[in-house]
Amino acid sequence: MANMNLYSRGDKTFVIINMVLIGIFTLSTLYPFIYITALSFSSGFAATAGKVVLTPVERTAEAYNYILSDRMFWVSYGNTFIYTIGGTLMSLAFLIPGAYALSRPQLYGRRFWNLMVAFTMWFNAGLIPFFLNMRDLGLLDSYFGIIIGFAVNGFNLILLRNFFEGVPRSFEEAARMDGANDFQVLWKVYVPLAKPAIATVALFCMVSRWNGFFWAMVLLQDQDKIPLQVYLRHTIATLSDDPEFTATQLNASYSFETVSAAIIVCSIIPVLIIYPFIQKYFEKGILMGGVKE
Amino acid sequence: MTASDQDITDASDEAVGKSAPHIYAPTRKERIIDHLRNEWQIYVMLIPTVIWLLVFLYKPMYGLQIAFKDYSIFRGVAASPWIGLEHFETLFGSDQFLRALRNTIYISLYSLLIGFPVPILLALMFNEVLNPLFKKSAQTIVYLPHFISTVIIAGIVITAFSPSAGIVNTVIGWFGYDPIYFLTKPEWFRPIFIGTTIWQEAGFQSIVYLAAIAGVSPTLYESAVVDGASRWQMMWKITIPSILPTIIIMLIIRIGNMLEVSFEMIIVLYQPATYETADVVNTYIYRQGLQNGQYDIAAAAGLFNAVVAFVLVMAANTISKRYSRTSLW
Repeated sequence: MANMNLYSRGDKTFVIINMVLIGIFTLSTLYPFIYITALSFSSGFAATAGKVVLTPVERTAEAYNYILSDRMFWVSYGNTFIYTIGGTLMSLAFLIPGAYALSRPQLYGRRFWNLMVAFTMWFNAGLIPFFLNMRDLGLLDSYFGIIIGFAVNGFNLILLRNFFEGVPRSFEEAARMDGANDFQVLWKVYVPLAKPAIATVALFCMVSRWNGFFWAMVLLQDQDKIPLQVYLRHTIATLSDDPEFTATQLNASYSFETVSAAIIVCSIIPVLIIYPFIQKYFEKGILMGGVKE
Repeated sequence: MTASDQDITDASDEAVGKSAPHIYAPTRKERIIDHLRNEWQIYVMLIPTVIWLLVFLYKPMYGLQIAFKDYSIFRGVAASPWIGLEHFETLFGSDQFLRALRNTIYISLYSLLIGFPVPILLALMFNEVLNPLFKKSAQTIVYLPHFISTVIIAGIVITAFSPSAGIVNTVIGWFGYDPIYFLTKPEWFRPIFIGTTIWQEAGFQSIVYLAAIAGVSPTLYESAVVDGASRWQMMWKITIPSILPTIIIMLIIRIGNMLEVSFEMIIVLYQPATYETADVVNTYIYRQGLQNGQYDIAAAAGLFNAVVAFVLVMAANTISKRYSRTSLW
């Protein structure tokens, strides 16, 4: 529609009102992030007195000093990287060969295997049986449990399978002529062709790992293994009732609010760094996996 | 023709040559062995995923039987005695569970009614933006919250609605009103929660509709321009009817997934004072099962939830198949 040059006066008004509304929505999306950043650099006193609106008041980095000197912050930050990178690699190690196998027409019982995957997207045993199963497997309180326990996801598997199915057979013929087996065909023909789809799946995995919180909270008791999200939730829950914290906050350079805001900012930064790279892929990815066949 | 097909034909040609009058027909068993000899690699690739599904998703389904058992962790799943539907009777006689069920239905219905149209509106509005730079930057920003963790979003909400420091109460204070302790007030929980999820997801959900709009034939707009139609008329007469199938499919999917209330965010946001309106089935299961150790009752609640969700999803899939002749999966 962008190539139209004929506007009536009504059209102009319409376009302008529309721009303004979009602008308002966009700003309302952006504002909470600006507010949190401003809060994280304000003094505890200014924050508690409700003086922070758009920019830092009584500018200070004390909240950051507080969390950056907390050992648990660094431990949990490191753990989040372990879970994100380990979990994403583990997912790809299952998903790429699995999706390739499911995409092969000669696979015996193909309908059955695909139904087995699809069924997990329709029916889910629920929180309790999953938790008890993890406990029976001895995967509570373990890095490995978190990394392997969420490796396969039906949506990602089907997204990748659909992509492999869409690759014309002629691409692999040359390799087949040279006597390549399925492993070689997958690695040398399909993986390079499927780079955008694999990148999409990898980014979906990374985002869900980075943000994952509920199961880490439930499965991990050992404080030295918790990820950043659990640390944040823990901080929010404890700091707000900590009498020592509230007692000193009136004249302190940091407060519950500024410390929470600082953790939030530190947690969002890596997402903002990879966001431009994700954006290229997710618009296609969401459509590839959504409606098919 | 793949290498394996080649092998099969070669082998049967040979067989035909040797036993001249009889056509060699391999038995089923022989065919399977032959197939596995040629194609074993794809099975090797499939097995890890199948084992993973069995161990992590299907085995818990076997464990669901504790919903009908007097489960004790010492006896284990299999050895615990059957007690029939007792847990379900307990659940449906429990005010807490019924409250959680009611809250789940209210929250998902309100989310659907208010939240469903927003991404469609956004997509229609984005489509009317003529400046590509403005459009691109606005989209980049509104998609962003989808990628932020629910705990972070909940943390922002808690901070923004805090009675002393929160910006919301600061603004209320400018108008001379007393601060409201939003997160301890049951009547405020649903508006805050639903508003937050719409704020977080509406932008991202608009992508599907934007793709549908991009697929509308430009000739329709061109002839409308020739006829002197305004942009407003074109939106109503061309764009909306063209994306109606997408809207209907998304609505069906949405109804199918209705019970999937984002309970992660509720766990961070709610507190005993707001359970009255905030406690949903999944948070109830979390408290009863994982915090109080009543695994069997909580599993029964989970089973009930899963069965209702399954029926909704299946119904949605069947309807959408009939409507669009495409399955959602």
